[in-house]
Amino acid sequence: MSANWTIDGVKEALASKKVSARELAADFYARIRERDSELNAYLTLSEERAYAQADRVDSMIAAGKPLPPLAGVPVAIKDVISTRGVRTTCGSKILEHYIPPYDATAVERLEAAGAVILGKTNCDEFAMGSSNENSAYGPVRNPEAMDRVPGGSSGGSAAAVAAGLAVASLGTDTGGSIRQPGSFCGIPAMMGSYGRVSRYGLIAFASSLDRIGPFATNIRDVAAVLKVIAGRDSNDSTSTTAPVPDYRTVMEKPVKGMRIGIPKEYFGEGMDDEVRKKIEAGIEVFKKLGCQLHEIHMAHTDYAIATYYIIATAEASSNLARYDGVRYGLRVQNDSLIAMYRKTRGAGFGAEVKRRIVLGTYVLSAGYYDAYYLKGQKVRALIARDFRDAFTKVDAIVTPTSPVPAFKLGERTNDPLQMYLADIYTVTGSLAGVPGISVPCGKICGKLPVGLQIFGPAFGEARVLQLAHAFEQAGGGTV
Amino acid sequence: MKISREDVERVAELAYLDLSEAELESYRNQLDDILEYIGKLDELDTSQVEPMAQVLAVDQSADATLREDVVEPCNVAGDVLKQAPDPEAPYFRVPKVIER
Repeated sequence: MSANWTIDGVKEALASKKVSARELAADFYARIRERDSELNAYLTLSEERAYAQADRVDSMIAAGKPLPPLAGVPVAIKDVISTRGVRTTCGSKILEHYIPPYDATAVERLEAAGAVILGKTNCDEFAMGSSNENSAYGPVRNPEAMDRVPGGSSGGSAAAVAAGLAVASLGTDTGGSIRQPGSFCGIPAMMGSYGRVSRYGLIAFASSLDRIGPFATNIRDVAAVLKVIAGRDSNDSTSTTAPVPDYRTVMEKPVKGMRIGIPKEYFGEGMDDEVRKKIEAGIEVFKKLGCQLHEIHMAHTDYAIATYYIIATAEASSNLARYDGVRYGLRVQNDSLIAMYRKTRGAGFGAEVKRRIVLGTYVLSAGYYDAYYLKGQKVRALIARDFRDAFTKVDAIVTPTSPVPAFKLGERTNDPLQMYLADIYTVTGSLAGVPGISVPCGKICGKLPVGLQIFGPAFGEARVLQLAHAFEQAGGGTV
Repeated sequence: MKISREDVERVAELAYLDLSEAELESYRNQLDDILEYIGKLDELDTSQVEPMAQVLAVDQSADATLREDVVEPCNVAGDVLKQAPDPEAPYFRVPKVIER
């Protein structure tokens, strides 16, 4: 069977009885067994649950019932998203044997729409990282270049889809963790607006920034998955009631006349020359599509990484206080309660997680709160204002997703600050809460994928997808 | 130098985090670099800026979407306790914290 499935392809094959949902799932598992020992994209396979769901889809087909939008579509879920009865580790030793008693809302909605959940994908521990090298279960390799990282933190979700080991997947994005691995692995990857997709069941890293979003091989599939998982959920009070349009329909509208802002701050030093050339070629595609290009200024871009690493680590230090060896996860026994906490956390967390807990605790501690955390919240307001001001002049903003293509495994692990700077073009949108997508924009040396990022205003997902779709259809992926 | 070894020890104490000698030293160095970098925020005058804790508009914020506070039985206590390292239904057992 082909490895290049799309959601429409699955639908057609099931409807014409070329394949059953069970056969399709079995085919994906066979491919995973063959390929994943070198890629390491999956941490846990959920075969029992997948086949039960595939059988439900097959009996609907046999009964001639109308099929839901993702019927029989094999998908993968990042391992920071809770799955009932299926081990969820967050890429951490501290949750090595944790089995959630409930499903995340996004997972529940995917399954209700007919999707078949193949398993859980590898990621940086608690989604903290930009290369997937912070997983306690070993790094993922980039299917496009096996000596390189897939990006992070959703490296497994990106690699699984890029290698044909899932048709679509869910990742999470806090500072770039969906868009950057999408860019490194050469597939579309989208983060909706903050509040667009329920975070219920997403194991928290930084609650004011965390978002769930899809990876797929094409924009129509990204739109289909987003449509299913988006929308108000009473279990997440920050999920909004903003209406969810039928993205697949509205994104077909022509983009001619649309105003695109190109912020010059996103083309500064540290950017790879070859990446720059590809992004410039990508911008030409929008010009040919009849979009108007405007140079814009986003004055606080250069302060985004510093702001992000204050706010994200402060929230993380608070969120990760729950891992205390009492209710779930690892416990290192000790006669004293406090020593039990300390030893459990010291043994269960990896180096990057501990580093961020220390930094986050420091910026929140007495005497430093105003200088760091409060300052960070104020600069966050300035960054959000940059976006609001820009969207009074333009309809969308186009930038590179990452200043560099996928780097070699081990190349950046010794210098945390250098690793943080890999997120320089993605954290801005995270802080501002706006939607963003990374779309493939050619390859360097015919090998290393480049991603072009499109930001829209809050709840402007339809417009972001419209531009991404037009770009893809106009050959933007092979500039 | 922004951060001393004692700072790292104090913070690890606050966070209930056991750190090895090697970790204390490498974190001190790395945090020093990171805080030095974060220091660039001081270039900005933010005296007239309101801090931003969350990004949603007022009509979409968590306050605007609060539900009625009603009890809904969820019957997961058994499943939850199964995940505990040292359960004794219906309790989580911990080392003794009060001396008689």
